[in-house]
Amino acid sequence: MTAVLPSRTPPSARPTTPDRPVGGRLIDQFEYGLDAPICLTWELTYACNLACAHCLSSSGRRDPRELSTAEAEAVIDELQRMQVFYVNVGGGEPTVRPDFWHLLDYAIAHDVGVKFSTNGIKLDRTRAAQLARTDYVDVQISLDGATAEVNDRVRGTGSYATAIRALENLAEAGMKDFKVSVVVTRENAGQLDEFKALTDSFGAQLRITRLRPSGRGADVWDELHPTMAQQKDLYQWLLANGDGVLTGDSFFHLSAFGEALPGLNLCGAGRVVCLIDPVGDVYACPFAIHENFLAGNVRDEGGFQRVWQSSELFADLRNPQTGGACTKCAHFDACRGGCMAAKFFTGLPLDGPDPECVQGYGETALAARDLELVTPRSHIDHSHSGPVRGQPTLLGIPPIPAKICDESPLAGLDLR
Amino acid sequence: MRRLLSGRHIDSHGAPVTTAVSPAEVAFDPAAPWRRARSVALRPEPFGALVYHFGNRKLSFLKSKTLVAVVEALADHPSASATLVACGVGEAQRPAYEKALADLARSQMIEPNPEGTP
Repeated sequence: MTAVLPSRTPPSARPTTPDRPVGGRLIDQFEYGLDAPICLTWELTYACNLACAHCLSSSGRRDPRELSTAEAEAVIDELQRMQVFYVNVGGGEPTVRPDFWHLLDYAIAHDVGVKFSTNGIKLDRTRAAQLARTDYVDVQISLDGATAEVNDRVRGTGSYATAIRALENLAEAGMKDFKVSVVVTRENAGQLDEFKALTDSFGAQLRITRLRPSGRGADVWDELHPTMAQQKDLYQWLLANGDGVLTGDSFFHLSAFGEALPGLNLCGAGRVVCLIDPVGDVYACPFAIHENFLAGNVRDEGGFQRVWQSSELFADLRNPQTGGACTKCAHFDACRGGCMAAKFFTGLPLDGPDPECVQGYGETALAARDLELVTPRSHIDHSHSGPVRGQPTLLGIPPIPAKICDESPLAGLDLR
Repeated sequence: MRRLLSGRHIDSHGAPVTTAVSPAEVAFDPAAPWRRARSVALRPEPFGALVYHFGNRKLSFLKSKTLVAVVEALADHPSASATLVACGVGEAQRPAYEKALADLARSQMIEPNPEGTP
């Protein structure tokens, strides 16, 4: 058996699309898609100074085909025309693009608000003050441990200190509403209260999201994804603290524990969200960088608008799920079958349970996978090919000293 | 009563998150002149429209095309009530539309129109 890939029915054989209902719940409208995304993720570069073990986009090295400044401006012009009011900018590390600050100003001047994710490497006092003066920009600093020990094992030695320095600079500059962005893992799931306290101490807002087996995340997912007991605790914590914490609505699979979590409990891939990658490729969602979810490129004729409105892949995604094992489950209305990308990259069928299904069906499905199953992998990989300073130790690789003499003043010297 | 409106706030990944209503309460008087707030944009969608406030970054969804027409026409009429009549909103639907407009006023999507004369 091979991995079950989403079936691409030829248009002639496709069943007729059911008509969009009139009125009713928003979620039922969203399943049929929108004329433009509500907001979209735009990874500006695959270049990154870090080499996080769980990087969703396998970033590291810059892609030489990266969109130029002029091409990026053209995308912003198009988003303005389509009335996309907000983009989430990421990477890679977006701030290492020399034109990052220009593009930020350009977007804001064209009514496209920017929220960008950064590890904080470029957020010195001057940049922090500049951001504090800029309206319509949001910053989120990535941190995957409330302590350096937990964080640096996944994100690399020194990355905790870099993030804290950036948070200090933003707070000192009087920046409002900046975020601390945490991917919940088996190693930090017990630190939620500590994350909240740390975030509060900077006057910032906490944002926690789900770990997906995407990019290099696939290599560490078995080791890092929260246990069932941790998922239960996380659900209780979200019910108790949900009002003050952002989640990107990424934990909707937990709604099947009982009470629905606040927000949109639906996979928005290709319906209300999508991803533009650094070379202009448009994917159904940020966690689905794989050719099966590639809808087109902004450089193609008709640009982004044509991809969003006319791609065959997105048309396929804009239907309510009507078949598959999950639709027969009593909790289907709560979790809607969970995350498409999580299923895909763990080799599970897309109309079956999420690998982290809280009713336990995911574990059963994972156990039932063929022993010879090769899980799908993206051929898009920009990981650093050589050693990286402060490399994460999660995979058992020893950290590389910043300078050879950090280890021993005599290291590397041939004294014979 | 059918809900014509959903209020949301944008979080990352495009996921809108429900938020509390803004503290700056504006009492909605249907007899007064109103208009779409100047910092608000309306984006047509198959089910109605998406409303976005550039100032408080709040997002709302108008789930009826008639409501979209009402919001767009507010500034052309001496009062909200007159707008509803002009847009063909029947007596029976009036309370639902007035409630939706009151919610829009509370989230600052529509504002009193100083140029209008009641």
